[in-house]
Amino acid sequence: MSTVTIQRGTWTSRVFLAAASVVVGVLAFMPVWGEAGTQRKMIELFTLIAVAQMWNLLAGFAGLVSVGQQAFVGLGAYAMVAFINVQGLDLYLSVPLSAVAVAVISVPIAFVAFRLRGSYFAIGTWVIAEVVSLVILQQNSLGAGNGVSIDVKGSDLETRQNVTYWLALVVGAGAVLLAYLILRSRLGLQMQAIRDNEGGAKGLGANIYRTRFIVWVVAAFWTGLAGAVFYLANLRVQPKDSFSVANWVAPIVVIVVIGGIGTIEGPIIGALLYYFLRDYFKEYETWYLIGSGVAAVLAALYMQPGLWGLVKRRFGIDLFPIRRRLVRSAE
Amino acid sequence: MVWVNAVVQGILLGGLFALFATGLSLAFGVMRFVNLAHGDVAIAAAFLCMSVSEALGWNPLVSLVVVLPVSFVVGYVLQRLVFDRTVGVDPAFQIVTTFGLSVVLQNLIYEKYTADSQGLDVKALETAGFEVNSTITIGWLPLMTLIAAVVVLSALALFMKRTRTGRAFRATSDDPEAARLMGIDIRRVWAVAMALAFVTVALAGVLYGARSSFDPFVGPARLIYAFEAVIIGGLGSLWGTLIGGIVLGVAQAIGRQVNPQWGELAGHAVFLAVLVVRPTGLFGKGQLR
Repeated sequence: MSTVTIQRGTWTSRVFLAAASVVVGVLAFMPVWGEAGTQRKMIELFTLIAVAQMWNLLAGFAGLVSVGQQAFVGLGAYAMVAFINVQGLDLYLSVPLSAVAVAVISVPIAFVAFRLRGSYFAIGTWVIAEVVSLVILQQNSLGAGNGVSIDVKGSDLETRQNVTYWLALVVGAGAVLLAYLILRSRLGLQMQAIRDNEGGAKGLGANIYRTRFIVWVVAAFWTGLAGAVFYLANLRVQPKDSFSVANWVAPIVVIVVIGGIGTIEGPIIGALLYYFLRDYFKEYETWYLIGSGVAAVLAALYMQPGLWGLVKRRFGIDLFPIRRRLVRSAE
Repeated sequence: MVWVNAVVQGILLGGLFALFATGLSLAFGVMRFVNLAHGDVAIAAAFLCMSVSEALGWNPLVSLVVVLPVSFVVGYVLQRLVFDRTVGVDPAFQIVTTFGLSVVLQNLIYEKYTADSQGLDVKALETAGFEVNSTITIGWLPLMTLIAAVVVLSALALFMKRTRTGRAFRATSDDPEAARLMGIDIRRVWAVAMALAFVTVALAGVLYGARSSFDPFVGPARLIYAFEAVIIGGLGSLWGTLIGGIVLGVAQAIGRQVNPQWGELAGHAVFLAVLVVRPTGLFGKGQLR
């Protein structure tokens, strides 16, 4: 007699999980084997992966295409400046606290932005991000338009570099793990059901508003965390830099769309590709931006979902199995 | 009297916002399409106008006879070749496609013209105006812009109401599938709508360039104001868009009168207030999508 069982992990995914753990483990020891310069560059890569993964969670799974994620990056950075420079709190304690502050601020933003849908939601989040940056721009205690340096007096340089690096690693790897755990959970099932068929999901009892709201706040929290860590490494926060669409939205959209929107693997592949190609083409920065924009448009029109979609179709592998497969097995 | 002046200048500024918003409103009304590169298209038109004027030695406003037809063709072709492919699929791809276009346009303009601030030289018209009384002066250019907005919107409204193509626009807007079954070439309707959207926003871009300086990266701010005007006025209502632009202009002018740094913020505040209190806008009938 044969029975049907629900299968999630596959042989490939288990091997991959083991390999990924080894890679993260090796990366964790980079302060021992790597150079300080490489370490600093990796912080940017990890931040990009985190912000991209969170944008992908919103745009690829929850139907919330935001052009306002720079608000959360900037708020994370500025909340940290407020905690460290104004309140005099500990550097590393300020990082998670900033993320909490960003999550709290994302709640009223959701109330307003969620009144819009689709493309209008996208521009709406952009407007709200503008408002946030204009308000920060007028705070003299946060350096107003000139920006502000983070007060790191009394902290040891090497310790700070290493701890910041580890925080960035947690932010990057944690974003992937967080997305994976959310998508495997009941909430993730609801998100995907809503994405695939809103009316059907509603009929089966999915609470659309609540689901989107939770994902929104979680993404804001982690994006804020990434912003705080990135600018802790940077040491200087400027409004036109931390609230910039060109810095924090355009690359993210390119990364996710080329890598594969609506897959966990996509943002990682996209970020690696974007990051290393940008380094390679650094003398032709403007043409690189033009080329990556064209590539993103072409990918959106002709190659969905992105590079990972190609791999998946070709080889049928899932490195992060989030689907539930029904497998007939002999008892 | 300074407050009356702020309101008057705000209304005039609102004309420009309304002109920027017309194309956005039209494209949304006809095919539920939002072009995130809308503002960048306006700025591209302003740069094109600058090059044409310099090459031919024309006044920028005369160069419109070149810029507007070019915009029509570009809008038509872009809709046929690119935007059509995003209709009816996951809206995320529409957003990504037009956002990508925005990034590409900005950097192409930057590559050709550098990041320097530019202006369109309309000679004496730039500052010419007439005095109403000692505190209120009305500039000819802002007044022309407001009149242009009213004329464009009236012409569009008449076009939609009276002509055969306009009827096809409305039918396509209401139900594209049924319109297609009735023999309307909806792809042509979409392309003409996008072409008209490009023409109106190009006109807005040139009039904007004639009164303030611009660089390759000011497009997104134009998109944001246009979007706010559309939402304040109400989706799907062309006249609402005019009122929305004026409300936004007045809000910004009054904000600026209170504190020079509060102009933009005041406009955003009115937009957010409308979104919270009356999400369908002042004149909107339909629901938000």
